[in-house]
Amino acid sequence: MKIRQLSLFLENRPGQLRVPCKILGDAGIDVLTMSLADTQQFGILRLVVKDSEAAKKALEAQGVVVNLTELLAVDVPDRPGGLASVLEGFEKAGLSVEYMYPFARGPRATLLFRVEDPERAEKALSQHGVQLVPAAELLARTAAR
Amino acid sequence: MKSSWNDPDGGFHPASAPDFLPRRELEQLQLGRLRSVVGLAHERVPLFRQRMDERKLGPASIRGLPDLAQLPFTVKADLRDTYPFGLFATPMSQVVRLHASSGTTGKPIVVAYTEEDVQVWSSVMVRSFAACGISRGDIIQNAYGYGLFTGGLGAHYGAEALGATVIPISGGNTERQLMVLADFGVTAICCTPSYFIHLIERAKEAKIGFGKLRVGVFGAEPWSDSMREFIQSETGIRAHDIYGLSEIIGPGVGIECVHRRGLHIFEDHFYPEIIDPETCQVLPDGSEGELVLTTLSKQAMPMIRYRTRDITSIDPEPCPCGRTLRRIRRIGRRSDDMFIIRGVNVFPSQVETALLAVEGTLPHYQIVLTREKGLDEMEVQVEVTPQVFSDEIRGLQTLQEKLGRSIEHVLGIRVKVTLVAPRTLARSEGKAKRVQDKRKV
Repeated sequence: MKIRQLSLFLENRPGQLRVPCKILGDAGIDVLTMSLADTQQFGILRLVVKDSEAAKKALEAQGVVVNLTELLAVDVPDRPGGLASVLEGFEKAGLSVEYMYPFARGPRATLLFRVEDPERAEKALSQHGVQLVPAAELLARTAAR
Repeated sequence: MKSSWNDPDGGFHPASAPDFLPRRELEQLQLGRLRSVVGLAHERVPLFRQRMDERKLGPASIRGLPDLAQLPFTVKADLRDTYPFGLFATPMSQVVRLHASSGTTGKPIVVAYTEEDVQVWSSVMVRSFAACGISRGDIIQNAYGYGLFTGGLGAHYGAEALGATVIPISGGNTERQLMVLADFGVTAICCTPSYFIHLIERAKEAKIGFGKLRVGVFGAEPWSDSMREFIQSETGIRAHDIYGLSEIIGPGVGIECVHRRGLHIFEDHFYPEIIDPETCQVLPDGSEGELVLTTLSKQAMPMIRYRTRDITSIDPEPCPCGRTLRRIRRIGRRSDDMFIIRGVNVFPSQVETALLAVEGTLPHYQIVLTREKGLDEMEVQVEVTPQVFSDEIRGLQTLQEKLGRSIEHVLGIRVKVTLVAPRTLARSEGKAKRVQDKRKV
């Protein structure tokens, strides 16, 4: 159900973002979506790719520090208040959203959520009537295009 | 006797008399004192006695000054291993003062003084100030830190004994330093050279002058002739280098006279030798090597052949000032990886201890020293490992803060911690180059 995400440590200086992108490109790995969080000194690049295991291997072979984490994908109703209703589901369960970013490909407004307890969040959202997008479906949507 | 003891720029004071002893008299005085200090060390300090006994040496082995070379060395680790009071030669009832400085493992090294030791210390500081042309009537702003560090109190007692007016302002608070300096008509200042350069920069920004300031006595860290030129041309003062270390007494082991061609060692209290740091053989005057010091009059904590790790050479040539005390060249480097930042001795191993405490395993790291606007900065660059990498900014910032606090806890000074990507720090074949000193010394 959950989406696997790669998190990479980057220093905040010119050329640092290109390095992992080049490694993934050379390994023939397709990046589906990404988000970059940064501070003055360093940044964390978060990626969702087609083959996370192969991506992790390729990056680690080049000395990049990689973490695997799990995200929840939600199709957010494309209407006013749509996101608010999804967030309500987290709030009711007392779960805080660490960060979120859009899944850039596909016909719908899909958001990826990183929460402290993905298991509990999954249950809480379905109880709230929010449907999660399984990883396989997300991948299938990208292939269909 | 000198005719001009109280000539402000003559550099003389009644306490300075031993500075001008004929060499033969000085050497006789040294030999007498050396015999008693070796006797004291053998009788009262188990470590010294054991080391001498092992080599079948004792006070009787000292027939002339060259015989000192037979005695074993003392190193910083000996102070650490006998922490806190193991090298004291007098009972605590005779000790009137304790000081401490940073050691290699987070534990400081402790040094002790009897009343007589404090007097000797004051006297060498009086002689130091006098050699810089400071006398009664001068107003001395003492910006060395007061506390466990020997700099503050050492200079304070000397300045008072000299008869000068001392302002015990201690370190820090630059605005107040500049205000006092101008408003109180300060004529002499004591601080680290890097802090004085910081004062210069700040004074420039605030468009404040240095008023009546005439002389600076700078020490507790290495500095260079180009720094001296900068200080002198910016402020018009005369800048002197002072040398000392807690293990021997604190500041006042050596001083530059007005001619400033090396530092006169107060040889009637501190006996200098230069050794080859590899073979440990004593080298003749003029050769470069590691400075080894023996205290000749210290009671509470005599030091026999203490290896300072400071690299210099001894200049026996007569000095135009008339002092017969031999001079050492300014200290430029050390024979170990210790460095000094803001007056604090730092060993890379201390930083390792701090990093280990947070991460559990030792990450690759590098220490970068810089000097900005005259202030020394220490940055510790730490490679991020998969074990400590967090997917969240907050997590990494917490790690950074933890590392910073851990280092501050061990060193007692605040440093900048930077997280860097793996494999970005240089790896070396042999001994890792842990310290990059970019300070212009």
